[in-house]
Amino acid sequence: MMSEGSTIDAMALTELPNRQSFFKPHRIALMAIAAIMVFCVVWFMRWDWVPEYGGRLLSGVGVTLLMLFSTCILGFLFALPIGLVQVTGPWPLKMLAKGFCTIIRGTPLLLQLWLLYYGLGSLFPQFPAIRDSFLWPYLREAWPYGLAALTISFAAYEGEVMRGAFAGVPAGELEAARAYGMSRWKVFRRIWLPRAIHRALPTLNGETVLQLKSTPLVATITVIDVYAVISKIRQMTYLTYEPLLLLALIYLCLTAILVVGFRYLENKIPTRGA
Amino acid sequence: MATDPGSLINWSLLALDPPGWGGVLLGGLLNSIKIAVGGYALGLTLGTGGAFGKLYGGPVLKDLLEVYTTLVRAIPELVLILLLYYAGTDLLNQLMSAIGYGPVDISGLAAGIFVIGVVQGAYSTEVLRGAIKAVPAGQIEAARAFGMSPAQIMRRVTLPAMLPHAIPGLSNLWLIATKDTALLAVVGFSELTLVTRQAAGSTKAYLLFFCAAGALYLTLTLVSNVIIRIIEARARRGMVATA
Repeated sequence: MMSEGSTIDAMALTELPNRQSFFKPHRIALMAIAAIMVFCVVWFMRWDWVPEYGGRLLSGVGVTLLMLFSTCILGFLFALPIGLVQVTGPWPLKMLAKGFCTIIRGTPLLLQLWLLYYGLGSLFPQFPAIRDSFLWPYLREAWPYGLAALTISFAAYEGEVMRGAFAGVPAGELEAARAYGMSRWKVFRRIWLPRAIHRALPTLNGETVLQLKSTPLVATITVIDVYAVISKIRQMTYLTYEPLLLLALIYLCLTAILVVGFRYLENKIPTRGA
Repeated sequence: MATDPGSLINWSLLALDPPGWGGVLLGGLLNSIKIAVGGYALGLTLGTGGAFGKLYGGPVLKDLLEVYTTLVRAIPELVLILLLYYAGTDLLNQLMSAIGYGPVDISGLAAGIFVIGVVQGAYSTEVLRGAIKAVPAGQIEAARAFGMSPAQIMRRVTLPAMLPHAIPGLSNLWLIATKDTALLAVVGFSELTLVTRQAAGSTKAYLLFFCAAGALYLTLTLVSNVIIRIIEARARRGMVATA
């Protein structure tokens, strides 16, 4: 789909507002108003609970980041074969990969998460073979299901991107490689894969930010990420807005860090033209 | 309930009549569609205004819209939904009591449409802004040279000319809207995902109900895809085929 990249950009913040001519007269006035609002929020709302829960919040952020990076890396590894077989694979594999992408992209992530956790989670104990296996201590916890659901979701969305990336590598480059006498595997390893990843890199930024925005869903299956910590604080302190505002601020900072990091990486990779 | 002990799956749970939960699931689906349609329409309205404001508005308006789209695109939908759900209902209640009315009971449907609409508004602002920028500047200048007012230019030239560019992005946003309704389960609105969980919890047939709900969502997506393809073919008629 041609618009895939632009929709991701519309949904996920992939560029920070530019800094040139930042201090225009009206901006100074706007910033003064914003500063007054922030001051009111800090002064009139209750923030005395923050030091008490600081440690838990930090560990929650750690869990969120761990979930984000592990699922992005795992999902990307799965996305490579999913994209590849849709371009060159035999038709049963092609249909399988296409069906996988359609089903995962056509249903809400929350439903997939609950299907894995409540559905499979309630099915596993019925099989003694699984209960006796070494995996059982892990399968009784919630995080493997969250990890699996987020990985599958990322693999499906990124697999669609990889399909376009593999298909978009100019045929002339592959023909040239073959003319040099490279074997099929060597062509794939030296030319096709690196060029496809290179083409897919610009979308990775947006997909990663979208993945960050999906991670709080794992809190609904009792994984203690930063969202779950904030929910706990809301229950214990009976505050409605303050923890949520802090949570929004935390996610804002995480997104900004991701965007800056990706821009740094993109500058490292040589590109010519588009 | 009479069940066949031999079968692994108890299909009678999906029956439409009260012992089965099929009717409840369909009711949930209807609620989901209502919220998706309402939220999408609200989002399109906000997005059209936002896109024109971002492109042609004054400096203050541009900055405020930039803050709006930046915040919505950087904060998870789940957090936004919680914030808007509580803050929105709270503000409305305070407003009503300030005017002199008692606290109003806001229906979950209206709150859900509001929340999804605000989120979708930011996304469609960005999609429409890109589409408007794809309209050749000469066409808009020509309209201005004919003496059309800004409103006339928007209605006669910009909106129709940008539509083919906007439709792929907008159709993706529609699919996202249908899936985002599932997040309202977290604030306790009984749309498809939440009623599925209730049905599954009270019958212990988790896998069956979640798969059934997945099939319903998938059907919604696939039917939407067919309709989108028809609309796209109509909007692109007369354009040179690309690729």
